[in-house]
Amino acid sequence: MILALLDRLGARPAWLRWGLLAAGLVSVLGLPWVLYPPVAADILCWGLFAVAFDLLLGHAGLLSFGHAAFWGTSAYATGLIAIHAGVPFPLAVAGGAVAAAVVAVPIGLLAVRRSGIYFAMVTLAFAQMIYFIANQWGDLTGGENGLQGIPREVPGLDLSDSFVYYYAALPLVLAGLFAAWRIVHSPFGRVVAAIRDNPARARALGYSVDRYKVVVFTVSAFLSGLAGGLYAVNHGFASLQEVYWTTSGKVVVMTVLGGIGTLWGSLLGAAAVVRLEDWLSTSGFDEVGIVTGSLFILVVLLFRRGIWGTVSYLLQRRRAAGAGMRSAESGNGTVRDPAAGDRPEPSLVKEP
Amino acid sequence: MFSVVATAVRFYVLPDADTLSATHPAASEVGMTSTTRTTSGGTAPLPRAILSTHGLTKAFDGFRAVDEVDLAVAEGTVHALVGPNGAGKTTLFNLLTGFLPASAGRIEVAGQDITGLPPEKVARLGVARSFQVTSLFPAVTARAHLELALQAGTDLGRRFWRSDRLLARFTGRARELLDQVGLAERAEAPAGSLPYGQKRALELALALALDPRVLLLDEPTAGMGLEDVDRTVALVDRIRAGRTVVLVEHNMSVVGSLADTVTVLQRGRVLVEGAYRTVRSDPRVVEAYLGAGVA
Repeated sequence: MILALLDRLGARPAWLRWGLLAAGLVSVLGLPWVLYPPVAADILCWGLFAVAFDLLLGHAGLLSFGHAAFWGTSAYATGLIAIHAGVPFPLAVAGGAVAAAVVAVPIGLLAVRRSGIYFAMVTLAFAQMIYFIANQWGDLTGGENGLQGIPREVPGLDLSDSFVYYYAALPLVLAGLFAAWRIVHSPFGRVVAAIRDNPARARALGYSVDRYKVVVFTVSAFLSGLAGGLYAVNHGFASLQEVYWTTSGKVVVMTVLGGIGTLWGSLLGAAAVVRLEDWLSTSGFDEVGIVTGSLFILVVLLFRRGIWGTVSYLLQRRRAAGAGMRSAESGNGTVRDPAAGDRPEPSLVKEP
Repeated sequence: MFSVVATAVRFYVLPDADTLSATHPAASEVGMTSTTRTTSGGTAPLPRAILSTHGLTKAFDGFRAVDEVDLAVAEGTVHALVGPNGAGKTTLFNLLTGFLPASAGRIEVAGQDITGLPPEKVARLGVARSFQVTSLFPAVTARAHLELALQAGTDLGRRFWRSDRLLARFTGRARELLDQVGLAERAEAPAGSLPYGQKRALELALALALDPRVLLLDEPTAGMGLEDVDRTVALVDRIRAGRTVVLVEHNMSVVGSLADTVTVLQRGRVLVEGAYRTVRSDPRVVEAYLGAGVA
């Protein structure tokens, strides 16, 4: 019975896709009823961050190890705008996201000249520069103390309750998720995927590979900034932690755990990591990094496709086996599905 | 803020300017000059050269893979590049398409200097290439390959806010092209699942989809069985109408049945150039390449 159901899942008919979407929406709407609301809001922010990161890693094949730069830049920028301009928080967050995108353009322009591990190193170096600036420019950022007292305001709404804030932040997060999905399934997204799979061929077709990379890098930074700004507002402060390299590492772990290139898998990965960290720290275990680090190693060694990727791979394989039998009966040759099941295991770094 | 605007301008405005310059006014004048070469082929005065090189050289650590090559490909002809392994044919191809930077010399397309342009700009100027080693997107269907190539001629690729259903507008043309190369039945098959001969055919269709002025084919029959070779020759013969084709090829019967002009390369230099019949019987070519058995 379960297998029959799984078979249907693998086939992904329209009703199932809408069903999955509905289930996703219900769980997102119900999250603060089940979890401590600030943690639920953290899951939203990290979820959007991980999806934005997967847009770059999974769909453009670019491993950035400096995405904290965009999350953090927006956290500070959002905080500064909210504190000094006193605008409603969605405007401040939008401003923060724009700031992240502005920072991303020069970094992207320089980083896309390299690929593979060198790309990761260049982005890491720039992120460390941003960290250095945030640390040194204490008058603006509060230095070691962080930027305190970021207000959470929308006229006519009392957002002091985190439960309410969750629902106020949700539309922005959903808009960000929709944007990521839209980009993947756009004419632009097709080109980006082509560039990931075979850059030389894409160039021979007349596509300016580097320009596409810079654009997708900037868009990813913008969405990361959206997430970082919402996170800063959620906590009421922005600290150096937001621009520290461990934040860049954490988003890599989330995306890999959820499944590289699956987009929605990143949401699961983010939820799992945030929940795990919350559970560990409330039970008095301080070395959270050891656990998430071990988790990362396990995923990379044992199931590289991540949560979402593994499930969809197994389903596809079942389906392909079924289709194979059917086509053997009808003598139909090899008609394979180009979707996830056929793809090789994803790798973090594609060597140039 | 400025940098965002600058990138947006670079990405969203400039590419069109590049393509516009393709119709350079000097194009028709320069094309008439015939180049000096070491040939004894004695061909008639050439029509307009659509693709030409002048002293083109590529040195790798002192080794000159392509050494002062002067090439003039006449418009509307099939021009074959032949030569023993290591003669510099593929290097020359990579130079012509911008995949390698030249060490010295010039490349012109219809009189416009394209030396130093990156591959994507060369492609947009109407020089399309196929690859010697099949270069496709394994998970993507044959039809989607062609849609991607057809989309390259538009600015749809920059629309990240639109649905990819827009690409349906290319489906008709994509099917025509697939039909042309005999892949109509395999439109929905992922490229990775196609047998070798069909992959090569898809390569050809991809290059054709760009509607190029010059089509560069790097060993289109490499690794093919006899039947596929015949089919490919017939195909190239069919698509050559109204186009210029430059062909790297080892199979001399393919060269014989397709090429109007043959350039023989040896150690990066032009050894002989001329019509296939003339070149085939040239003693230097016999010695350098064809061997006693063929002559």
